[in-house]
Amino acid sequence: MNATTAEQASAPVTEDALRSVLLAGERPSRPGPVLTSLTFGWRALLKIKHVPEQLVDVTLFPIMFTLMFTYLFGGALAGSTQAYLQFLLPGILVQANVMITMNTGITLNTDIQKGVFDRFRSLPVWRPSPLVGALLGDVMRYSIGSAIVITLGLVLGFRPEGGAVGVVLSVVLLLVFSFCLSWLWTMLSLILRTPNSVAGVSMMVMFPLTFVSNIFVDPKTMPGWMQAVVEVNPITHLATVVRGLMDGSVPAGEIGWVLVSSVLLVAVFGPITMVLYRNKE
Amino acid sequence: MTSLYQSVRNTETRNRTHGKVRDRDEREKSFGTTHAVAGVDLAVSAGGVYGVLGPNGAGKTTTIRMLATLLRPDAGEAQVLGYDVVRDAQAVRSRVGLTGQFASVDEDLTGVENLLLLARLLGYSRRRGRQRATDLLDALGLAEAADRQVKKYSGGMRRRIDIAASLVVTPELIFLDEPTTGLDPRSRNQVWEIVRGMVAEGATVLLTTQYLDEADQLADRIAVIDHGKVIAEGSSGELKASVGAGSLHVRLRAPEQRAEAERVLASVLEVPAEPSADPAALSARISDPERVARALAELSRSGIDVTEFALGQPSLDEVFLTLTGHAAEETPEEDAA
Repeated sequence: MNATTAEQASAPVTEDALRSVLLAGERPSRPGPVLTSLTFGWRALLKIKHVPEQLVDVTLFPIMFTLMFTYLFGGALAGSTQAYLQFLLPGILVQANVMITMNTGITLNTDIQKGVFDRFRSLPVWRPSPLVGALLGDVMRYSIGSAIVITLGLVLGFRPEGGAVGVVLSVVLLLVFSFCLSWLWTMLSLILRTPNSVAGVSMMVMFPLTFVSNIFVDPKTMPGWMQAVVEVNPITHLATVVRGLMDGSVPAGEIGWVLVSSVLLVAVFGPITMVLYRNKE
Repeated sequence: MTSLYQSVRNTETRNRTHGKVRDRDEREKSFGTTHAVAGVDLAVSAGGVYGVLGPNGAGKTTTIRMLATLLRPDAGEAQVLGYDVVRDAQAVRSRVGLTGQFASVDEDLTGVENLLLLARLLGYSRRRGRQRATDLLDALGLAEAADRQVKKYSGGMRRRIDIAASLVVTPELIFLDEPTTGLDPRSRNQVWEIVRGMVAEGATVLLTTQYLDEADQLADRIAVIDHGKVIAEGSSGELKASVGAGSLHVRLRAPEQRAEAERVLASVLEVPAEPSADPAALSARISDPERVARALAELSRSGIDVTEFALGQPSLDEVFLTLTGHAAEETPEEDAA
């Protein structure tokens, strides 16, 4: 049955029903920030349910990258694909997650285009909750992506010395960093006009950020100036931490670095996002 | 008799990027930093429909976006239900419902999911929220489409789910921004029916429209805005009266008598009668309806046979033309842009 026939079949408005919904003057008390943020997170999950193909970037993309880089570079870079996988997998996990964060900005920009965003802004809820909720929904996506990469790695022969605890800790840290990095994309999506331009700019930031790091190769063979860039790239520190934790060591200093950069990302891009959000015209 | 329900006072409200939501780039550029809304002064009383009538780009949507706290006025102030839209924005948000081209629902979710989402955000429990969502869908004739994604809705259903979304907590004031633009006549009538139904239950609606007949049909009071300014305000009858009592249309049996008829009418009515495109017809804008009967008598005394003699109230079109010097409706090309 298509939409038109359904519409004609249903009585448009029944006066009694309209009266009763308008007179039901229930005014529930306003929910707190946690509940509204979680409710917006629920919306993100509903969207995954209705549009499962949007999970391509957290499923097929990481699988493709893991297989491609392992078998393409393994022999040349580390002598064997097996040895390279042991080095690469934590890095690919970082790259996959960080790449997935871009989706946040594209989704938000689509909401703005379609007017859903203005409906949310017109609600009497804690102002950041639509954004926080969307990011919480994204954390679910990051978790799915991480689970897929790790499972694939285990199947291919990756053996984390750090055991389950090391793996879980590294993923938790990764989720925290990804959540914080996403505020960069929320800011961008409020500045740029179309989802396409958000995607374009995000790619331009993301490619150098993930490749000019220690994800794929040891920076020792790079020229000095590039080593300097790699050294200050937060992705490098994140990859070092994930590698360490999965390998059974606890790189405390590096963990501190990651946490500080996470806090800085939110401290800088969070408030800018909120100002843009409030004044969006 | 009517209580002052809402007053809006924008002595000078400028908006740098007017019309980003629905207007197109060329408008944005050409508008530059002009005043999108300057000097909108509305007082809406409780109950009934207040219509804001104006062509595209007149500042209707900008006005509603400011009143709904989505846009900060650059200058001037606005109060909704006694709350300042900038200082008491949350108080305004919890009391108004918003439906329009810019406040939409999530197309990926189903009808019931959209309403449940809003119900939860507004404080309903999961169970009560689901009940509320179902009741609203029933009331707006969307029960069968409850579990279908909104993107699969027809235009008319889409407008009804948008209205339902603004009624989740019964608002004290409902903003309807061009609720029937682009709808077929059948769906438009359904939306009108809903608006009348809401008003019958005591709702207050602020409606913007670019359709004269919509304002005429629904609104108790109408503000005509053009270039960001209110140029006239009053009931539909008052606005019509302000441009004269109406017009008289006369059609003759014999076209060759038109010149004489023109002379007779002009002398009795004391206003010029104008020949119409139809060679046998002429019309006159009249100020004193009492002279009309005498005009008919005078025509018959002069031996002029009349086949049609009609007295019409001026249309809002004529009102708009008189007030602004240009027609109310946009040209088709601009609509399509």
